[in-house]
Parts: sequence; structure tokens; C-alpha cells
Amino acid sequence: MLSIFLICYPLLVALLMITVPNHKFRNFLAYSSAVFIIAAVGIFTTQWIMGGCHVIELFYDTEIVNMIIIGFELVLMVIVTYLCFKYKRYIISLLTIIPTLLIVYVELFGPEREAIAHIRIDYLSVLMCIIIGLVGSLIIVYAVGYMHNYHHHHHTEVKDRRGYFFMLLFIFMGAMFGFVLSQSLLWVDVFWETTSVCSFMLIGYTRTDEAVTNSFRALWMNLLGGTALALGITYQIYAYGNDSLTMLINSGIAKDSFAVIPVTLIAFAALTKAAQMPFSKWLMGAMVAPTPSSALLHSATMVKAGIYILFRLAPAMRDTLTGNMVSYIGGFTFFVASLMAIAQSDGKKVLAFSTISNLGLMVACSGIGRAETLWAGIFLMIFHAVSKSLLFQDIGAVENSTHSRDVEDMHGLVYRIPSLGSFMFIGIAGMFLAPFGMLISKWSALKACVDANNIILVLLICYGSATTMLYWTKWMSKIISYTNEPKIKVITKRDEMISLSIHAVLMIALCIMFPLLSRTYVEPLLLEMYGSSCTVLSMKILYTLVIIICFIFAVPIITFTHTKKEQINKKPAYMNGINEGDDVHFTDSFGDSKKLVMSNWYFKDFIGQRKIMVPCEIISSSILIVMLTIIMGGALL
Amino acid sequence: MTALLSFVIYLILAPFIGGLLDGLDRKISARMQGRIGPPLLQPFYDVAKLMHKQNIAVNRSQEFLVASFCMTQILAGCMFFAGSDILFCFFIISTGSTFLVFAGAITNSPYSSLGSSRELIQMMAYEPAVLLACVGLYLASGSFNVRDIVMQDTSAILFLPGFFLSYIFILTIKMRKSPFDLSTSHHPHQELVKGLTTEMGGRNLAYYTITEWYENVFLLGVVALFIINKNPSSYIAAIIVVLAVCFVETLIDNVSARVKWNFMLKSTWISTLLLAGVNLLILMLV
Amino acid sequence: MAKVKRSPWLLHYDGSSCNGCDIEVLACLTPVYDVERFGVVNTGDPMQADILLITGGINTQNQEVVRQLYNQMPRPKVVVAVGVCACTGGVFKECYNILGGADTTIPVDIYVPGCAARPQAIIDGVVKAVELFQQRSDEHEAMIKEKRRNKKGE
Repeated sequence: MLSIFLICYPLLVALLMITVPNHKFRNFLAYSSAVFIIAAVGIFTTQWIMGGCHVIELFYDTEIVNMIIIGFELVLMVIVTYLCFKYKRYIISLLTIIPTLLIVYVELFGPEREAIAHIRIDYLSVLMCIIIGLVGSLIIVYAVGYMHNYHHHHHTEVKDRRGYFFMLLFIFMGAMFGFVLSQSLLWVDVFWETTSVCSFMLIGYTRTDEAVTNSFRALWMNLLGGTALALGITYQIYAYGNDSLTMLINSGIAKDSFAVIPVTLIAFAALTKAAQMPFSKWLMGAMVAPTPSSALLHSATMVKAGIYILFRLAPAMRDTLTGNMVSYIGGFTFFVASLMAIAQSDGKKVLAFSTISNLGLMVACSGIGRAETLWAGIFLMIFHAVSKSLLFQDIGAVENSTHSRDVEDMHGLVYRIPSLGSFMFIGIAGMFLAPFGMLISKWSALKACVDANNIILVLLICYGSATTMLYWTKWMSKIISYTNEPKIKVITKRDEMISLSIHAVLMIALCIMFPLLSRTYVEPLLLEMYGSSCTVLSMKILYTLVIIICFIFAVPIITFTHTKKEQINKKPAYMNGINEGDDVHFTDSFGDSKKLVMSNWYFKDFIGQRKIMVPCEIISSSILIVMLTIIMGGALL
Repeated sequence: MTALLSFVIYLILAPFIGGLLDGLDRKISARMQGRIGPPLLQPFYDVAKLMHKQNIAVNRSQEFLVASFCMTQILAGCMFFAGSDILFCFFIISTGSTFLVFAGAITNSPYSSLGSSRELIQMMAYEPAVLLACVGLYLASGSFNVRDIVMQDTSAILFLPGFFLSYIFILTIKMRKSPFDLSTSHHPHQELVKGLTTEMGGRNLAYYTITEWYENVFLLGVVALFIINKNPSSYIAAIIVVLAVCFVETLIDNVSARVKWNFMLKSTWISTLLLAGVNLLILMLV
Repeated sequence: MAKVKRSPWLLHYDGSSCNGCDIEVLACLTPVYDVERFGVVNTGDPMQADILLITGGINTQNQEVVRQLYNQMPRPKVVVAVGVCACTGGVFKECYNILGGADTTIPVDIYVPGCAARPQAIIDGVVKAVELFQQRSDEHEAMIKEKRRNKKGE
């Protein structure tokens, strides 16, 4: 029953949000709902674990609910079509009308379907629930404070529609819960469309020209995926007479020839949702929205939906052309998106590209479809959700305080805003420097790719791992560079601070608890999905690593504190003898004092977005089209 | 047991071997230039002197970062010689290198900041070749573990000539030899002063130098890994190859001038793709 | 006591010299004289240098620079003034901007005469400086030990 609560409660709150005009009450509601949702997820998880972690299947007979869902889908269609006509994007409306009508037709006049469980609770969906519930609720808590500051700064140009904003956030959460818990693909489809439309509205929140353009870009790309999904579902219903995701995967594993087309179409839909090349642009465009929504889109929800469905399909994609297609697209995205991230100096854009790139690695992992890669992918997803959410919120807070989100302006952030600076450091470290997160994932991905004889992917991961390192390290060293500029007054609200601190603590805990998590959760998850146990790294090795790493970091800390007592002679930095004594200014040839500014390298002329985006889109589109043609042709002939 | 033994031997002997190789390098370089050169043990004298100098720092955290760099690099080497996973060793090495980059950047000094930016580009340049070398060794022996790789019937280099050459290519970067000594160099008087290490003096520099010796021994150990098989005489061959590689690196150092970063990046990436990539293709398809 | 004299690293600073002495200093590093035999390295970095070689006189503009470079060098350190300009100001002594030799700004330990100073003389000066460097290093160490003992005594 709790699963229903998780889906319906946010939707109910969303209704309240739009109707309540009072800010205070709305904030209170947001707060309490966030706490409720976290608590519900907690109870839900413990209940499930107490029950022995079995797969639970619910709701076999759902005539009425299905009707409601159809009605809801039609409403969505009408809204989107109306907006498309209002903003004169007529063609996009086709992408919503066709799939919706198709689904409605299948539902009402299609062949008789087997009765299946519509809700399925297993390891993967519980994990997703935890991520969505925890990170999503924290983002909502953060949004309460952020939106206050935001409208304080932008009160002239952006209309205050906070009720609408919070409504969207809550609908989003509800849809995400529904999405990961549903087993019926028809249900999956409606939640899918809901998240697409919600993200479209969130991106267009400010209603500037840019926002509108970007939101429509997001809309058509996501709806294209939705169309593929609808086609896949229709095909499955006609071929198998059911719409169960699990059954589809089982026939995929059995290498049933009918399963190829639906699996491929759903995988294609997931690629659009996960913002893989050539569909990456919508996620970049999503940056115009206020920070909480970009945090939500990037970290916990929207893009994770695509990843989730790919993880589900992973066993079915193993050693198939579809799997190859997905892994090539993922690997390619991993590499080129990290190249483009190097050339960005806008912090939010770096994060956006790094999201795309990390998702690429996860997608590649799922495309190979082995237990080891999935293990890696799941860890990447967990680490990514927490650290990205932390980083986005942090950047939003920094921007509110310093009025800039440029990486160059974050010079010496740990000295100027110690709290936000160190949060940012923790977030980045959790993303790639942490002894386990990225490294072990890369390690197992690489090993599995070699085993799977996937040469191109091996090369892409090797090169991509090099480029990933560059932009993160560059950013981190910027944050810790010395500066003598005065501290900045932090105007971060307490709500934001709560969310940030919880995230940071969570991040550190994840790094330390990594082996435990692997043993108690991720390995059973794989056992459930693959039917055979899989130990990627033995506990002994993992624990030894944890101990060694702790030891390594203990020694320098001890020496550091030790030498702190001892007199270290601080010298001014070497600037050819013309250091003014503060390591920041020097004497120029006229005898005046000049400020020294060290800037990072961005190589905009070599690997800038403008330079390589279009070629990359062309390459990835051609990979996609060629592979799709081969797969579809092969399956149909 | 052997693992523990080689672990301890590495921990104790590596700095001596590294220092000797450094001294040999300086001696041979001097002879190539028609000079007598410093005594063979000169690097040890230098480090001993640095340890006796006043402890200075530009930034308090510098010492912490240099020590972290030191510890991680040594750990990677120890794990390697204890026979553990080679890919892990390199991941730890690259984590350690980021500490060095931080140590350079944190000072806000123009020279060391620029040095650390360049170090980052160097890391980006050599990373693919290093990872591919690991992949190659895995393909040749079926395991990432060093202890399994050394127990093969035939030397890995027979299957992996391309990987070996690309690894030698990037070794020039890792050992900070011209033409790829962009971030810091063993030769003073350059446009970057001492680059990354400009702000290190006294004890910090000594730690840095010793770590570099450890690291060099580790890197040359990987070279030896391409040669060693279960035949004991292969160890002698490996030592000869390692010495030959050292000589070649010194020669390259002395006959070439420093290049710009974009040339370095392009040439290493392309050579990696051509040498290691083609080798990989052949190995995986045949 | 450590034999620090085996590894003297130089920092060469060119004041308002005519470049004659500078060329001679560099000549010391060439194959003909090869001071690296003694472990001498001509480093460009004050943080790593032990011996400061100054050529040319001090003027109003470079006085602060010399002072800062000297301060950046870790102890123990030795200063060698190479050439008559660095010793006294030389032929430029009466110029409007010249303050005099290096000792107007920092304490000079060894004076190497000559215009320009010959490489042999420079090497001679460096060898003397090395002895002094060893002596100072020993004193420095004794001082540290003394301090430690005092601390323990407390």
C-alpha cells in the first residue's frame, strides 16, 4: 500500500500547492511533505527488507485505474497540443497526438491482454525509490529557500509562480515513483509522458524566449522517445498479448526474435531520456531553469528514468546488436561530452556536460549487459545522484551569494565561502576522486568491455577517462587556489544549508560504506536480475582498500597537524622578486601594484561546444540510424 | 609470502634504485654533452642537503598535499610489486597525481599554477596509453593481477609490441623528459622556472624527489612486466630492457627541445591510437 | 653533520650588470669548466637555492627585488657578489640610480673581484661559498638541536 502512497501523495500535494496562495503555508507544506516522503520511503524500504526482500507483485485487476490513466494521458495530450499551438510549434504536437492515440486505441480496442501485476517491487525499484525519495525531497527542501532568494533577485523579470513551480516538482516526484514501480508498460508510458511534460514546463518556467525555445527542444526530444516507447509497447501487445516489462525482459534473455523490436524501441526511448548523443541538447537547454529544477532533472529523476529502464533491459541486451548500439552511443557520449565539458567555464554547463558524460558511461555499462558492468553502473548511478544533486544546489547557492556561476570566479572559494566551497569540494571528490566511486566503476567497466570483446568501447573508455579527470581536477584546483579576497557574506538560507549538509554527509558515508553496500544490496540485486551470484570484487579486497586508503589519508593529516606545531617559515610565492607580499599582487614596470589572475585552460578553439557539437551529433545520429535500420530490418525480415 | 617480501624490498630498495638511475641519467647526459658531470651519487647528496635545510612553505596545506602525493604514489608501487591489480595501481597513481596538481595550484604562484595546468594536460595525454597497456596485459595473460602476468609461458611483449611502444612513448612524459617536460623539468632555467615544483623548497622538495624515484621504479617495473615470463632468465632480459629504455629516454631528452602542449597531446593520442589501438584490434579479432 | 657542501645550488641574479659577468657565470657551466662536477646546479628558483650569485650593482629599482629573492631563500644561505660592480658598484658607482654594491641591500659573504670576473675566479668564490655553506648548515643544525633540547627541558 505504501507504494501507492508514494505515487499518489506527491500528486495530492501538487494539487494543494497550486491552490494555496499563502507562501508560509506552502513552504510548511513542502517541508512536511518532504519529510513525509522520506519517512514513507524509509518505512517502505524497511517493510520490504523485513519481508525478506522478495519480489512483490501487486494489482492484477485495474480496469478503473486504467481508465483514469487513459483520461490523464488524454489531458496531457490536450495541454501539450494547446501549448504547441500557442507557441506555434505545430509539428511537435504530432509527437504527442500520435502516441497517445495509439496507446488509447490499443487500450480500448487492442487484443485481449493477459492479467499481469501492474506494480512490481524488487531490489532495483526500491533502490530507485530511495534515490528519488531522498534526493528529490532534499531538493524540494532546498527549493523552498532558493526560490525565495531567486524571486528576490529576479522579481522584475520573472513572474512569481512559486505555487506552480512546487506543483510541478511534486508531480514530477509522484510520476518518478510510479515510473520505477510500474511493471505494466502502459503505466510506464503514462508516467514517462508525465515526466516529459513536467520537465518541459519546468524548463519554460521563466517564460523568456530562451526558456521557451529550450523547453520545446526538450519536449520534442522526449516526446520522440515517448513515441518510440508507445510503438514498442504496441508491438509487444500485438506480438505477445501482454504489456509486462518483466516478461519482455525474460523473452529478451531467451533471445526470442519478437522481443528484439520492443527492446530496441524502449532502449531508444531511454537514450533520449538519458540525454545521450544526439539528444544531449535538451539537457543543456534545461540550464535556463531555476537551479532546483535543474538539480532535479539532472541528478535524481528525469535522466535517471532513462538509466533505470536501461538497467532493467540490460540482461536482455547482453550480446545483442541492440546492446552494441546502446553501448556505442553511451561510450561515444561519455568521451565527447567530457571533451566539451573541458571547454566550458560556466559551472552549471560543466555540470550538465559531466552529467551527460557520466550517463554515457552508465548507458555503456548497461549496453554490455553483464553483471559486472551493471554492478559498476549501479554504483555510478548512486554516486552520481548524490554528488550531482549536491553540486547543483551548491552552485545555485554560490550564484546567489557571488552573482556568478563561472568556474573562474570560484577562485579560492574555500577561503571566501568556507561552507559552500568545501561542499563543492566534497561533491567533486565524490564524483571522481573518491577512492571507489568512479575508479572502481571504470575498472569493472573496462574489464567487462575487454571480456565482451568490445574494442571500440575499450578505446572510448580509456580516452574518456583521461578527459573526465581533466575538467574535474581543473575545477577543484580552482576552488582551493589561494586568494586574499575578503570573505563573502553568505546569504544561503537555512533550508538550503540543511539539504547541502545532509548531502555532504551522505556522500562521505557512501564512500566509506561502499563495500558494505555492495555486499548487502547490489550483489543481491544482480542475483535477482541475472539468477546467478556475481562478486565483482571480493570483500577482502574492498575492505583492505578501505583500510589502506584511510591509512594513507591519516598519515599526511598527522604530519600536517604535527608540522603545524613546528614553525614553518612562510615565504611569499615566487614572482620574480616583485611579489607585493600577499601572493596576489605584483609590481608592474611602472612601479604600480597589479593583480595577478591565473586562469584555467579551456581549449575553446579545439574542443569547444560550437566546434564539435555538430560533428558529434552527425556521427552519433548516423550510428543510431544505421544500427536501428540493421536491427529493425533484421528483426522484421 | 613472496608478495610480502617484494613489497618490503620495493619499499626499501626503490628509492636507492631510483636515485641511482637518476644519477646515472645525469652522468650520461653530461657525457653526451662533453662534460664530466656530477658524481653518480649526486641525487642522494641533493636530497640529504634538502632535508637539512630550513622548512619553508608558501601555503600551509602544501605539506599535506605533497605528503598525500607521496603516500599514494608509494602505495601504488607497493601494490604493484606485491602482485596486485595493475589497473588499480594506475588508478591510485592518477589519484596521487591530482594531489600534486593541487599542491601546485594552491599557492596561486604564476609558475606553479601554470605548471599544474600543464601537468593536467600531461595526465590527459598519457592516461589512455597507460590504461590500454593494462588492457593489453590483461588480454595477453587473462588477468590484471601482476602475480599472474609474471607467470605466463611467453613474454607479453610478443603479443603486445604496439602497447609496449605506446607505453615507452608516454614514459617520456611520466619521467619528465624533454620534449614532453612541460610541467616541470629536471633542467633549471626555463620559461616556467621550475614549473610545478617552483614553490617547493627544503623538505617538500626532498619528499617530492624521493616520490619521483619510487614512481620511476614502478613505471620501469611495468616495462619489465612486458618481458618477464615464468622462465627465471627472463628477469635478466627484463633488466637489460629496462636499462635500455632508460638510455633511450636519456638520449631523447638530450637531443630534443620542449614542444608545445597541443603537439604533445596530439602526438601521444594519435600514437596511442595507432600503436596500441591497432595492436588491440589484432589481438581481439585474431 | 651532513655533508651539504656536496650539493650547492645556485641562484644567479643579474642586477644592473653589463652582462660581462653573467656570460662568465654561464661559462662556468659549459664543458670547459663544468661546475656540475661539484654538484652545482644553476637553479632559477630562490626556494630551492643555497647560494645567491649577484652580478652588477644595485639600483633603486632592483633593490626590493634582490631583498625579496634573498628572503625567499631558505636558511642556511650564502651570498656571493661576482664582479667589481656587485662588490662596490664599479664603473657605474657614480650613476644617478646606482646605490652601490650588493652589500648595500643584503649581507654579502664572498666578494669575487674582476671586470669581468674570470670563470676561475668565480669557481674559486663558489668553492669558498660552499665551505661557508657547510659551516652555516652545521651551525643551523646545532641551533635546532639546542632549541629542541630547551623545549624538552621545559
